[in-house]
Amino acid sequence: MSDKRTCLYGKHVELGAKIVPFGGFEMPLQYTDITDEHNAVRHACGVFDVSHMGEVLVWGKDAERFVQYIFTNDIAGAPAGKIFYGMMLHENGGTVDDLLVYKVADDRFFLVINAANIDKDYAWITQQAEQFDVHTENQSEHYGQLAVQGPKAEEVCETVLDLRCKDLEFYHFTTIEKDGETLIVSRTGYTGEDGFEIYGTHDYICRAWDRLMQSGAAKPCGLGCRDTLRFEVGLPLYGDELSDEITPLEAGLGIFVKLDKPEFVGKEALVAQKAAGLSRKIVGIELTGRAIPRHGYEVVDAEEERAVGTVTTGYNAISTGKSVCMALVDIAHAKLGTPIRVRIHKRLQEGVVVKKRFYEKNYKK
Amino acid sequence: MAKVIEGLYYSESHEYVRVEGNIGYVGITDFAQDQLGNVVYVDMPEVDDEVTAGEDFGAVESVKAASDLISPVSGTVVEINEALEEQPELINQDAFANWIIKVELADPEELKGLMDAATYETHCK
Repeated sequence: MSDKRTCLYGKHVELGAKIVPFGGFEMPLQYTDITDEHNAVRHACGVFDVSHMGEVLVWGKDAERFVQYIFTNDIAGAPAGKIFYGMMLHENGGTVDDLLVYKVADDRFFLVINAANIDKDYAWITQQAEQFDVHTENQSEHYGQLAVQGPKAEEVCETVLDLRCKDLEFYHFTTIEKDGETLIVSRTGYTGEDGFEIYGTHDYICRAWDRLMQSGAAKPCGLGCRDTLRFEVGLPLYGDELSDEITPLEAGLGIFVKLDKPEFVGKEALVAQKAAGLSRKIVGIELTGRAIPRHGYEVVDAEEERAVGTVTTGYNAISTGKSVCMALVDIAHAKLGTPIRVRIHKRLQEGVVVKKRFYEKNYKK
Repeated sequence: MAKVIEGLYYSESHEYVRVEGNIGYVGITDFAQDQLGNVVYVDMPEVDDEVTAGEDFGAVESVKAASDLISPVSGTVVEINEALEEQPELINQDAFANWIIKVELADPEELKGLMDAATYETHCK
């Protein structure tokens, strides 16, 4: 099966982007240079085509009870307009996907899921929905999506896109009538910076992209820097830090798992895992030298030469210049300050376990 | 258009050798650095390590990816370009001036298996 293209694909090609396959889509990796694009988001404003992300609408009498049942976070009693981050789990606690839940109304929720998991997630969601009085619709093909990110994102959305969003709180959304359609605009992102995500028809998303390009106020940014940005602030990527085999507790995302909720799929497994104690965990590692740890490289203990884990994501961090990674390691080596090594191109590089936030987030709250 | 220099030997995997006596200065070509983009790290062997023609001896890395360095010649590493440890971007500034390792050639006959400048230029097209 060939990869899909987003509504902006032609514009990426015109801009000279380097195109790579990602999550079943042909996506821009970079337009000019990952470092320049990364720095634009940290210090000014960048725009990402994230139309590959999936959207599922859930509505009906049991909608809230159903979302509570498939989602690890607790949405009970939330006001409309609020957004929650959390996971959907298998019965064994492994992660189906991580996602955002937008509360549209008491009986209506909008779920934003990862591109690579759209088919898997939707099949899982509809299967779970059989016991509930709810309707679900996979709207992924309908929506295009832009992420406008960076300290100047608010100004850019207000002035260039004419979107009234400056009063929007972090992790909240609103609907805005524009060009004869209803957009969803949320103060969310995946970069550790302030920013907005805008969902609209393909037509609107293409027009908004053109306006941003003509204004010069937002630099086009590819998935290359999307990954370096989310990595530096310790945000997980499904497929790296989360997977069907990795639980949110192992990924260090326990605050998004409300074990005091009456029930959700995977709860029993996580309660048991918590009671027994974790056997492995995602940690941060900072290396002494500049050698770059990358996904899949072996983590080795400091004394003997025993494999104790695997790198999930690593870079020479653009914002700090340090070689750092996230890695899934045996619990005996997960404590902050533990000396540890990574095998890079045959040689063992010295490092130490650190917090997996390598750069401080700069959200507007 | 990427620069090619006369008098050097070139490999298909875009390394070059500049030969002075029995010493070969090995680096990556201007074409290679251009394809790779900003170099952020160069993984180099140590002095006295043996390298073998056709086998990797390190890597040049961009933000996103590591590309193996394939040695065009066999021999003993007599020096590494230590400047690249702190300033890997020198490779982008001038790939031919900033060689990566200096090798004492074990078998100068190997050079005959490499390309000259004109052939390499065609190879890059």
